[in-house]
Amino acid sequence: MSINEILLEVKGLKMHFPLTQGIIIQRQVGAVKAVDGLNFFIRRGETLGLVGESGCGKSTTGRAILQLYRPTAGQVLFEGQDLCKMGGERLRQMRRRMQMIFQDPYASLNPRMTVGNIIGEPMEIHNLAKGKEKQEKVQELLRVVGLNPYFSNRYPHEFSGGQRQRIGVARALAVQPEFIVCDEPISALDVSIQAQIINLLEELQAEFHLTYLFIAHDLSVVRHLSDRVAVMYLGKIVEIATRDDLYRSPLHPYTKALLSAVPIPDPTVEARRERIILVGDVPSPVNPPSGCNFHTRCPIAIPLCSEQEPAFADKGSGHWASCHRV
Amino acid sequence: MGTLLQVKNLKTQFFTQDGVVKAVDDVSFDLDEGETLGIVGESGCGKSVTVLSVMRLIPQPPGKIVGGQVIFDGEDLLKVDDEEIRRVRGNKIAMVFQDPMTSLNPVLTINRQVSEALELHLGMNKDESRKRSIELLEMVGIPEAAKRIDDYPHQFSGGMRQRVMIAMALSCNPQLLIADEPTTALDVTIQAQIIELVKRLKKGLGMAVIWITHDMGVVAGMCERVIVMYAGHIAESARVSDIYADPRHPYTLGLLGSLPRLDAARKSKLTPIEGLPPDLINTPPGCPFAPRCAWVMDICHQEYPRLRGVGPGHEIACWANVKEGRA
Repeated sequence: MSINEILLEVKGLKMHFPLTQGIIIQRQVGAVKAVDGLNFFIRRGETLGLVGESGCGKSTTGRAILQLYRPTAGQVLFEGQDLCKMGGERLRQMRRRMQMIFQDPYASLNPRMTVGNIIGEPMEIHNLAKGKEKQEKVQELLRVVGLNPYFSNRYPHEFSGGQRQRIGVARALAVQPEFIVCDEPISALDVSIQAQIINLLEELQAEFHLTYLFIAHDLSVVRHLSDRVAVMYLGKIVEIATRDDLYRSPLHPYTKALLSAVPIPDPTVEARRERIILVGDVPSPVNPPSGCNFHTRCPIAIPLCSEQEPAFADKGSGHWASCHRV
Repeated sequence: MGTLLQVKNLKTQFFTQDGVVKAVDDVSFDLDEGETLGIVGESGCGKSVTVLSVMRLIPQPPGKIVGGQVIFDGEDLLKVDDEEIRRVRGNKIAMVFQDPMTSLNPVLTINRQVSEALELHLGMNKDESRKRSIELLEMVGIPEAAKRIDDYPHQFSGGMRQRVMIAMALSCNPQLLIADEPTTALDVTIQAQIIELVKRLKKGLGMAVIWITHDMGVVAGMCERVIVMYAGHIAESARVSDIYADPRHPYTLGLLGSLPRLDAARKSKLTPIEGLPPDLINTPPGCPFAPRCAWVMDICHQEYPRLRGVGPGHEIACWANVKEGRA
């Protein structure tokens, strides 16, 4: 197992949701182009951060990779095997190796199941453990995520948001996955609890050699956790680079604006900073702008930007961006 | 500049089936004319209930303001009758709420909603109020305001709706604007737009602002003074420069330590605050932060620490003498 081994590769991934009209006979009148042609890869053991504003398609990307949505086009290669072409038993077998941690710890745990059953269910489904062995594993997992092992008979409502998120993490770990999609796992939590979960995810990654796709809208958190970062805008990746490159020398005007908009908890820094304030709102993904998606809000747009879509190209040492101006 | 608002020993409680929730417990602070005050804390710390109490918007029952004074412009708002408080609300004190999706009425046009306060408080007729509403919408940066004024809220995006809320709040030139997590539901680029807008308007109109947030970064960029709340109490109150450079309450230190910063030097480990936020029904005597505090002493479990000064305009409610580093 080499360090640079690519675990997951996404090629030309598209996820379009049809828009229909009519009550009895439904005609398709358009499509929400939630994800529109993504190319990226994740190396084994690394964390790829995926950032963007709400509605940019970052969660859809995570779900399409795990085949929770079947992508409209493109390939998702997990160790070179295309998940999009798999179905039934073969896909189920693969799913054991990929798990997800959801955003809302209040909605993602079944309120009628005990914690023990929630964490034990995936083990049963994948025939990993039964009976006493399963219970022991559940208790072990609870300990690993920092909860009391004797909580396994309790129900989700007895726990706080942060504790519930720990249960969600334990459930994801139950099948000993290699790859976990973390879909905004901390944005529903209080600030003091967020740091607990961030640290937990880091510790688990080191202990179990996990590979993360970390989806978030908080750029500071992504910077803290990720090895490489991809920035999404309106269904497309506009820039992808190592963490230090992206935060130190962002190329794409959208990334620059996004970084400058993040408040820094230090009044002296804040007073000196220059903000790039973007005008307007994100356009609708049903009818994205022509040429470069971003040209309607871009401070440095030229006429070419509205005519021709810029290529997503390597601008040097693995720093990719799609912009005519860089 | 004179003092605009004085909150003295405010106590607001909610009487629920499970017991009495002491949401705000003995909170006092002053606000000068034209000043921007940030109130920071996690969910359930009482920051929203504090300002709702100032406006007397606490639903009753189950809530009740059980003690204290709110002196605005020389008058105790907790003592005046309903008629009088209605003249203050939306007129002298205006409020912007967290969720722009739910705080506008979906079945009324933007014109109706912005004009309402103008007609009610300033006695304008329909034509005047419509004209003024268009001006207000232009002031908060809504493009083609004259055209869009007859639209309904669902035709506006989240950021635009928050602008409409701000236009409504500013319609009567309030002396005090209370913004309750106005940017929490918005994306960062839109948040930056709204913050710039409020800063610009504040400078132009000379009003005081109370900005409630859980984001220490937002506070750093726009406030002059900060109050950190925990479990219904004020934990620390200071000038904005002091709270970041020299935080003295363990909870403030914890909040700052648990934030990953965009400008932090290296990938360093975060220091979270261990444990869970307190249950406000069965509050033990003593400091509510004691179970999570690294500096905890015996006295912390017995007696609640009164606010004490540790520097000019800098107060903390803590028994320990917290300096840099861990105890």
